Amino acid sequence: MLFSPINPMHIPDGFLSVLLSIVLWVISVVLIGIALRKTGQTIGERQVPLMGVLAAAIFAGQMLNFSVTGGTSGHLLGAAIAAILLGPWPAVLVMTSVVAVQALLFQDGGILALGANLFNMAIIGPFVAYALFTLLMKLFKKQTWGLFVAGFVAAWSSIFIASLACALQLALSGTSPANIAVPAMGAIHALIGIGEGLITIGALAFIFAARKDLLKADANKPARNIGVVVGGLLISLVLVVLSPLASSHPDGLEWVAEKHGFIEAAREAFYNIVPDYSMPGISNPALATIVAGILGAVIVFGVAYGIARAEKRPSAQDDAQR
Amino acid sequence: MEPVIEISNLSFSYPDGKQALEGINLLVQPGEKIALVGANGAGKSTLLYHLNGIFTGSGMIRVNQLELNKNNLPRVRAMVGLVFQNPDDQLFSPTVYEDVAYGPTYQGLDPHTVREKVALALKAVHMEDYAQRNPYHLSSGEKKKIAIATVLSMQPQILAFDEPTAGLDPRARRELIDLLLELQQTMIIATHDMNMVEQLTPRTILLNHGKIVADGPSLDILRNDRLLMTNGLI
Amino acid sequence: MRELYTPNHSAVHRIDARVKVIFTLAFIVFLNLTPSGAWPAYILFFTWMFSLSLSSRLGIAFVLKRSLLALPFVLAALPLVFTGPAPLGQIPVLNTPSLTYSVVGFYRFASIAIKAWVSVMAAVLLAATTRFPDLLTAFSQLKVPALFLTIIGLMWRYLFVISDEVTRMLIARTSRSATAPGSNRSGGSLFWRARVTGGMAGSLFLRSIERSDRVYAAMLSRGYTGQPAAQKTTRLQKKDLLALAAGVILLVLLWLLGVITGG
Repeated sequence: MLFSPINPMHIPDGFLSVLLSIVLWVISVVLIGIALRKTGQTIGERQVPLMGVLAAAIFAGQMLNFSVTGGTSGHLLGAAIAAILLGPWPAVLVMTSVVAVQALLFQDGGILALGANLFNMAIIGPFVAYALFTLLMKLFKKQTWGLFVAGFVAAWSSIFIASLACALQLALSGTSPANIAVPAMGAIHALIGIGEGLITIGALAFIFAARKDLLKADANKPARNIGVVVGGLLISLVLVVLSPLASSHPDGLEWVAEKHGFIEAAREAFYNIVPDYSMPGISNPALATIVAGILGAVIVFGVAYGIARAEKRPSAQDDAQR
Repeated sequence: MEPVIEISNLSFSYPDGKQALEGINLLVQPGEKIALVGANGAGKSTLLYHLNGIFTGSGMIRVNQLELNKNNLPRVRAMVGLVFQNPDDQLFSPTVYEDVAYGPTYQGLDPHTVREKVALALKAVHMEDYAQRNPYHLSSGEKKKIAIATVLSMQPQILAFDEPTAGLDPRARRELIDLLLELQQTMIIATHDMNMVEQLTPRTILLNHGKIVADGPSLDILRNDRLLMTNGLI
Repeated sequence: MRELYTPNHSAVHRIDARVKVIFTLAFIVFLNLTPSGAWPAYILFFTWMFSLSLSSRLGIAFVLKRSLLALPFVLAALPLVFTGPAPLGQIPVLNTPSLTYSVVGFYRFASIAIKAWVSVMAAVLLAATTRFPDLLTAFSQLKVPALFLTIIGLMWRYLFVISDEVTRMLIARTSRSATAPGSNRSGGSLFWRARVTGGMAGSLFLRSIERSDRVYAAMLSRGYTGQPAAQKTTRLQKKDLLALAAGVILLVLLWLLGVITGG
């Protein structure tokens, strides 16, 4: 069984502008670098196998589903539960491992777009979840139900806020108009988030019944991650405020993306180097398309022919390798 | 008497092409206790999973005269209780009570009936006092009994076990065999535990490479060293 | 869950993993840099990937089928067809009223879909022709931090074990999801189903946490000190470097063709 829950948040390649992809790659790499440093400092070598195995569990746990209605089903994504169980920085590493391997080996999300996907699912997800969970746990202090309310809110927000980021990235790339992408992504993920929240409640209930100690561990040292809490809340705030603004002024975003985009600028500069599209031989796009088509067919035929020849008599090199 | 399970010409191969079952024919009478033996990979678990419609091969399976097909799968699942090798795969609720209540709750029964069925099931496995415990912390033997209770709560006529004594200490194993002797349901037990076969199941079916190579009284099969040797059981 | 890697003795399989990683990345970057509507360049990008897939002997149907994975996401770009700038075209829908669409928007939409598709082909080819340990080694030689690679390596090691566990849990739940005789309703409430699934997740995480204790003990017993084992780095061979350079130059040329012919 090849497994890949269709997740509308793993952006494939082709949907984001290269400039935005690179910017988000840089941001993600820096933040993951911080996570590596923090994790290396604050936890022992004991945590390394824990993070590895838990990453596998979250990856595999995304297969866990429950039927919602007529063939659709709810899934677990896991950023919130990882942040609650491990704390924010190890959760960033765990989610990074999951999202990166999904992209590299299962083509769930693109490679150039991986920076953006990491930012949305491996950084925003755990940050927002951790910030809201910590805040609500402080608010409800002793009550047991507080744990579940906080878990639900953290899980729901981790999905919803990340989807807003995803929608804005698509809009900024000029791939999807903001006034369609933001409400559509937001609405879908508001629902998906409810599933995530309910599953998280169930998981917390099980862990609370079996290993209460795992949920207490982090409560003793909340001060350490104050930066994450503030950061997570800021991200949430900015995205929640920005999204409706962007979707009510889609032209503004488009304008930023198109007219002032780096790529457009670069291309215009290039047109000045090659004036009037006057490359010899391919001045006519239609002709160029035909030539490219013929060339392509010839190359494919050549390769196929070569393989057929090679298969007839296996080369000595091949035999040596076996 | 009508057979409670009727399998004719059942074949199954996995999506990767590996043939797991081939031409299985089998009749089971009500109340029979049957051992399913064979080396690892012989097709024991695959056959058990068919009784419950987890896998569907070609051929015909009838449970209680009801031919197994897509439409009546949910009904057949209520008749056949499958107990898995690792109880941790089967227990996933914060309390034993909720785990045992899963089946009846899924069936949409009213809360009062659910409570009754859970109480009966826990009583049948002598675990009445465990209702509010967390299954995660029980011993293997206790988990096993709870796993049996989780299917008994649906009152199935047939119980199918996948290696029930694997990983149990001697006392837990003895208690489990005693419990299985007590229970009146028809049983099909996939196992490597030949001593249990001798004590518990009068009839044995020997599988090899997805085919039935012997079907008869357990004592005859267990004493046939040559048969056991050629099928990888000694 | 099945591993995508497909063992084969093709030339593509034998290329140094570092070369494949860098080339795949460069391929995807240049393909995505190509402006929309650059059909000749798209044809050649596609041809290139198609030929590489052919020579990897994975079976072209496999690659094409796998690469359709990105298809559902195309929906996100669909609105472009209707919201793009003029000139507008008209699709007659039952004579009147007719559906208007933007020609430029349609070109952009088609370009995005093609780029996504060919990019996924490249990623499929990388994953299907490179063993995971080789990929990890390549990343470590490309200076990805060791702690991170250790986590990913462990994750990969247990991914298949744990996904079998998940499959068994799902089967166990299915086998108890029955309808009572003479009844037609079953399933319980949505809230309850979600909570049960959560319980499965919780149990899975606890089992995994306890498994990691055993993994840690096993690692210690084999001399693990918290420091990842030193990787021996081999230098790229000259012919690998040359091939990579030639590939990247060709990519740049294709991109230029795209810039000239695209809109």
